[in-house]
Amino acid sequence: MGHVISYVSACILPAVILYIVGFGILSKVNVYDRFVEGAKEGLHIVAGIMPTLIGLILAVGVLRASTFFDIMGKLFEPILHRINMAVEVFTLAIVKMFSSSASTGLLLDVYETYGTDSFSGLTASLMLSSTETIFYTMSVYFMAAKVSKTRYTLPGAMISTAAGIGMSILFAGWMS
Amino acid sequence: MLNYLWASMMFLGIITGAVTGHMNEVSEALVNASQEAVELCLTMLGVVAMWTGILKIGEKAGLLEAMAVKMQPVIRFLFPGIPKNHPAVGYIATNFVANILGLGWAATPAGLKAMESLSELEKERRALKNGMRADSRSRKKFKVMPEGIASNEMCTFLILNISSLQLIPVNIIAYRSQYKSADPTSIIGPAIAATAVSTAAAIIFCKMMDHLMDQRS
Repeated sequence: MGHVISYVSACILPAVILYIVGFGILSKVNVYDRFVEGAKEGLHIVAGIMPTLIGLILAVGVLRASTFFDIMGKLFEPILHRINMAVEVFTLAIVKMFSSSASTGLLLDVYETYGTDSFSGLTASLMLSSTETIFYTMSVYFMAAKVSKTRYTLPGAMISTAAGIGMSILFAGWMS
Repeated sequence: MLNYLWASMMFLGIITGAVTGHMNEVSEALVNASQEAVELCLTMLGVVAMWTGILKIGEKAGLLEAMAVKMQPVIRFLFPGIPKNHPAVGYIATNFVANILGLGWAATPAGLKAMESLSELEKERRALKNGMRADSRSRKKFKVMPEGIASNEMCTFLILNISSLQLIPVNIIAYRSQYKSADPTSIIGPAIAATAVSTAAAIIFCKMMDHLMDQRS
């Protein structure tokens, strides 16, 4: 089953491209000219968000290196112990708000230490499936719109992330 | 908001590093992270350019419009303030579809274009407001935001993006089978349910905020 799903998902990207280019040819669009035109826009977009990314990755890198995330996890250890949850899963929930590559590393640590189908392993799997990197998304997208006052975006993002994490813990409890 | 956030992340990191005696690691991270960021951008450069290129073909072929028409009811419900034929609708639709299918690298370029065109929309609204009468025909009127401040649409769009729309967490399933899970795909059902709940929470929150703003203006 896992193989079928990963094969199907490997087909999505080529299929989408085939569809769009095919559609373009049928609609008599100069597909290559338009591709080059669009790609040029893409270069401008990335160049525009590059400073934002450098700033953000810098801040996350400093936080991670300073062992701040580990300290946060340790702080909540007594509560986590009560519900049989690994400290790493809590750290994961925090790290995922900042960086998706760092959270993938932590997820694999949890799998290695506790197993993929343990309560902690299942919670971690579900958590990463139902949340997004809040600060990364916000800074990159708002940069594109040249917005500095984000109003109620952060509270809203926090509420929906909290809902996702809560559900992950609940469902993982039912499954294990 | 982001200014304070960024500053507090930096302060927290450096102070924690100083207190716990990890200053070596912190100063190493300062150098490495900026380098890592540039490398990430270089990787992104190729993929984003590839996708915006493909998207441009789709746009010229009328595919974006077709998709926008199909997604119209959903977008109208979520963004009642966007005029019917505004280009933002197409980009938002593309971003949502790509997110649902888990095509992260296709979702980001469309999302960035969506944000750009939402700020265009806000600019049009400001111009309308300054040009004497506010457009009284436009359905829902939100307070027009000054430059540099997020409009309701931008907030809703971002909160929904952050609520995670991806249906099947393909990468997580791959990691699970790599780490010898007895049943890697067992999480699909619960993951869809958890994502649905977080997205529902996001929609309810945004709708509440829209109404609050509506009454105030």
